[in-house]
Amino acid sequence: MSQLTSVDLSVRIGGLMLSNPVMPASGTFAEGLDRVIDFNRLGALVTKTITRELRDGNPLPRVVERPGSLINAIGIPSKGVEHFITETLPCYAAYRSPLVVSISAPTAEGFASLAAEMSVPGVAAIEANISCPNIEEDGKAFAMRAEPTAKVTAELRKATKLPLWVKLTPNTGEMPEVARAAEAAGADAVVVANTILSMAIDLKTFKPCLGNIMGGLSGPAIKPIILRHVFQCAKAIGIPVIACGGISTADDAVEYMLAGASAVQVGTATFIQPAAMIAIIEGLEAFCVRREIPRVTELTGGVLIEEADEADLAWLNPAT
Amino acid sequence: MIANDAVNAEYRHLVVRCGDVAAAGAPGQFFQLLCPQPADEQPFLRRPMSIYGADAERRQIEFLYKVTGAGTRGLETLRAGDVIDIMGPLGVGFSLRADWRHIVAVGRGAGLATLAPLAEAARQRGIGVTAILSARRPELVVSADLFRSRGAEVVIVTDSQSTSGPAHVERVLRGLIAQGRCDAFFTCGSSRLMRVQQQLAREFGLAGQVAMEQQMACGLGLCFCCVRDFNVDGAITHRRVCWEGPVFDLMEALP
Repeated sequence: MSQLTSVDLSVRIGGLMLSNPVMPASGTFAEGLDRVIDFNRLGALVTKTITRELRDGNPLPRVVERPGSLINAIGIPSKGVEHFITETLPCYAAYRSPLVVSISAPTAEGFASLAAEMSVPGVAAIEANISCPNIEEDGKAFAMRAEPTAKVTAELRKATKLPLWVKLTPNTGEMPEVARAAEAAGADAVVVANTILSMAIDLKTFKPCLGNIMGGLSGPAIKPIILRHVFQCAKAIGIPVIACGGISTADDAVEYMLAGASAVQVGTATFIQPAAMIAIIEGLEAFCVRREIPRVTELTGGVLIEEADEADLAWLNPAT
Repeated sequence: MIANDAVNAEYRHLVVRCGDVAAAGAPGQFFQLLCPQPADEQPFLRRPMSIYGADAERRQIEFLYKVTGAGTRGLETLRAGDVIDIMGPLGVGFSLRADWRHIVAVGRGAGLATLAPLAEAARQRGIGVTAILSARRPELVVSADLFRSRGAEVVIVTDSQSTSGPAHVERVLRGLIAQGRCDAFFTCGSSRLMRVQQQLAREFGLAGQVAMEQQMACGLGLCFCCVRDFNVDGAITHRRVCWEGPVFDLMEALP
């Protein structure tokens, strides 16, 4: 029987103290969810991605389900900056949980000016979505390579004093290099990761299941892949990694933290169980009590790898 | 689960016991059902289903569904005594104005189930109802007995009797308008019949509401997957069916 009665769930993420490490993933959270859960219980609140230009989003259908997963091609519908400042921002003023605003723009300069405009009272941090697979041609995004990631992060860093989180894409073979570039250019944390570029075809019609043809895969099915990315990124950088990919239970969150995450974002699970984030917070605390872990931060990077367990990756580079 | 029985060759009637909040669901609102997994299939998302009946006193909620995909094939496996996870009531339902004396409900397909709870709501407010129920064949019509039991007049139109076309339905509606028995249109399930009602509503200055369908994911206005186009003061505007709807002003709806 555990002697531990209370667990310190607080975490520090790039200059921001959070009461616990659980927050929504951008795009899966909006004001209306407050009818189901108490926002004050969340570690942070994360908005849908805001763009400067008005965007309608992609043609329908915008989602298709697959076993244990969802492919979406919503296409970031956005009502622009003014609508966000005057209509959306006031909705969050009543909550204690810090508000993280997700932004996107087609250029590094666009990102920077948008970040500057979003650096207003009520906004606690900026999450730069440099990784959406749905708005650039064929899934190309800044975070596919280190160099454009460094450029856009540096511009963002100059534009805002707020904590800067950079959301990375799993659709690159160079995730640790991209993460290092973001860190070197001044990011306070990275979010690992956005959705996996994917596709589905309807066998009745022979047509793609999505209006946008391709979309981003999310949900429990992608967890082992993103877990590996989190593990690799956490080893590569010193700033916190916020894990995002198929988390639907407290056990998923613990696994990500053991792999190196300092906090977690929950997205698709909310579509199935709208109170999933609350259950995860309670489950995290129960896990720590059970295992006599007084501070949740002790989980971060806690995966035990004996020397003999080190993966032999020589076969990946047969030429050397 | 209290019952899950076939009502005809296509539709099944699901009755569940639920809490007070769920049982207070209003006509036109919907629930998100977490469907059990049928053999060899894995439905991932919840399935939206409009309320067919809600009984606050007995704490029951009813749905009418047609088995068409993985989710409804899962629902079909449920038996009395089983437990199902339902979330709701969700969305904006129908509204009835106190000064209306007689309304007309026009539905087809799943729309017949969506319109059904209007019968009781209208009866309680002393508003008369004419229900025009459209189906491919007479034996596939659902909700007719429910409408009649609440005192509504029921007109059945079918493809097999060549009475379901827009021209015939328009004649029926013009007759009702001429008799002063159409203060407002309520419709769901057919864009052809919706267009007829929009034209008549414009011609005679009548009110109307339409319940729209769209593929959904979250059901809570979070994901923007269920948007449709609406004509709002001449401008095309996206609205979320799950959040701003599923019931919209008839004149703003586009097919």
